[in-house]
Amino acid sequence: MIGASYQLAYTLYPYKKVAAQDQSAQSHPVVVVGGGPVGIAVALDLAKRGTAVLVLDDHEGVGQGSRAICFSKRTLEIAARLGAGCDMVGKGVVWNVGKVFHGNDRIFQFNLLPEEGHKNPAFINLQQPYFEKFLVDALRKAQAEDAPAEIRGRNVVTGLAQKEDHVRLEIETPDGPYAVLADYVVACDGARSPLREMMGLRFDGRVFEDNFLIADVKMKAAFPTERWFWFDPPFEGSGQSALLHKQPDDIWRIDFQLGWDIDRAAELDSDRIRARVDAMLSSQAGYVPDYELEWTSIYTFQCRRMEKFRHGRVLFAGDSAHQVSPFGARGANSGVQDADNLAWKLDLVVKGLAPDTLLDSYGEEREYAADENILNSTRATDFLTPKSRTSKVFRDAVLSLARRYPFARPMVNSGRLSVPCVYDGLSLGGPDSLKGPAQTRVGAPCVDAPLDCGYLLDALTGHFAILAINTPPPSLGDSGGIKVVSIALSTETDDPTGALAVRYLGDAKQAIYLVRPDQHIAARWAYATAGDIEAAMRKACALET
Amino acid sequence: MGLNLSPNISDPDGFYDELLAAHDGLTDVQSDALNARLILILANHIGDRQILRDALSAAKEAQATPDPV
Repeated sequence: MIGASYQLAYTLYPYKKVAAQDQSAQSHPVVVVGGGPVGIAVALDLAKRGTAVLVLDDHEGVGQGSRAICFSKRTLEIAARLGAGCDMVGKGVVWNVGKVFHGNDRIFQFNLLPEEGHKNPAFINLQQPYFEKFLVDALRKAQAEDAPAEIRGRNVVTGLAQKEDHVRLEIETPDGPYAVLADYVVACDGARSPLREMMGLRFDGRVFEDNFLIADVKMKAAFPTERWFWFDPPFEGSGQSALLHKQPDDIWRIDFQLGWDIDRAAELDSDRIRARVDAMLSSQAGYVPDYELEWTSIYTFQCRRMEKFRHGRVLFAGDSAHQVSPFGARGANSGVQDADNLAWKLDLVVKGLAPDTLLDSYGEEREYAADENILNSTRATDFLTPKSRTSKVFRDAVLSLARRYPFARPMVNSGRLSVPCVYDGLSLGGPDSLKGPAQTRVGAPCVDAPLDCGYLLDALTGHFAILAINTPPPSLGDSGGIKVVSIALSTETDDPTGALAVRYLGDAKQAIYLVRPDQHIAARWAYATAGDIEAAMRKACALET
Repeated sequence: MGLNLSPNISDPDGFYDELLAAHDGLTDVQSDALNARLILILANHIGDRQILRDALSAAKEAQATPDPV
């Protein structure tokens, strides 16, 4: 039957008939299709801003399987703003060290240990069902505080018609069909996006001819909390590469690269998986520890994106818009950044405070980010799975040199881990009139820093903000009805570690930053008048170009 | 300074000899691997991306030129 293609880890929004199903089609400012991490993040962000949002999901909760497990600092910062960050960091496994092996030899080690002075760790590992559940929990909490959001489970969208001033969605439910109208639709319905199919839109890119076996095992093991990656693993039957990585609840992610011509059904046989896992664990521990197979899966992947993420009143976000290989943790993390980018723009447009063209910048910025993610992901994949004899010769040359010579180690690519995109030179960016640090240039997401009390990013709560350092913030005359908060900081009194000065001033004595609701920097100056800031705000809201 | 395509190695015959000697007794597969390691070591030593790019083009162009008859 429609809408029950996978088992649930948690039932979070059981189907319940609503009055609208017996009425003529009701209008909604925003309908989100798909209640995964990206859809819920968009909905939560919109609802917290007071824009009503309806989420339609074809299931009744969160699917089983750990799936995405690596969540980046930027994702945690976004989740913190949405009220779900503490739960995630509390449950997740924090890790910093990665080791890369070639056969038996360790050839390279990296440490993601962030510089001091960030509230969130570089990465946590957390099973995707937890991540999704914490977002839904935060949404429920926001609803209890009157945030206008609603999730309807087992509501399967079966038709979409885009009209001049709205979108009509046909929905199938256990009680039969009904329809809703939406000013805007956000399609967060995954890599196989039914909405994309319904609209006949293309999803082009590169297919990588390789199969990867995931075995998540539950065991009490003394392995350190590190990411271990093997090229040409020394244990039997492990394929061309292998990965070992810890998750919460004593679960370990093990990943084997099996190659292209395999018998999927045979490889998923649990005895066969156990033989591989036994060989791997005994080679490392000297014996086979007790373990249970928690979840297994074979996946292939593609690197591709839609040409445009915006199609009129329908906006694609997350896997429906772009797909990457898992090396680099750029799937779910980039999807959450899509949500972060889109929600404030939709909110301003729905409220009539910004023109509809602001939504074009969602496409511009996130297509740019998707290209960056696909580039990194493709490069990692080309290193892991050389496509020709010569590319394998060079790959192996890098690995053998890396054992002995430091210069080759940065070329070893087992995945370049997700970092947020900087929107360099794009339409919404204002002036950069500060000879300031590159990391806080216009287009970059604000870098965290400890303040006298708490952290900088905690002060950037989702509104436009004027961040004035060592200078009083100018009072704006007219911000067009858009809320702007002023944050005045002094490096004398508010900068206990000096990080604020390093990250936001560099050699400058003072600075004024205009920060967007998604914490990306819209403009910065050494000196700015109210008029300068108002002009940059109008640009950041597409009110002028 | 850009990519130097003028003679720059003193005792060119001696160097050529050493280059070939490094491959003595190797199979084709071992020689390919040695060449790859050598390219990577030299490329790192040069470091300058523009010079490396010019070197790649120069190498490709040399192949594109028909052999003199």
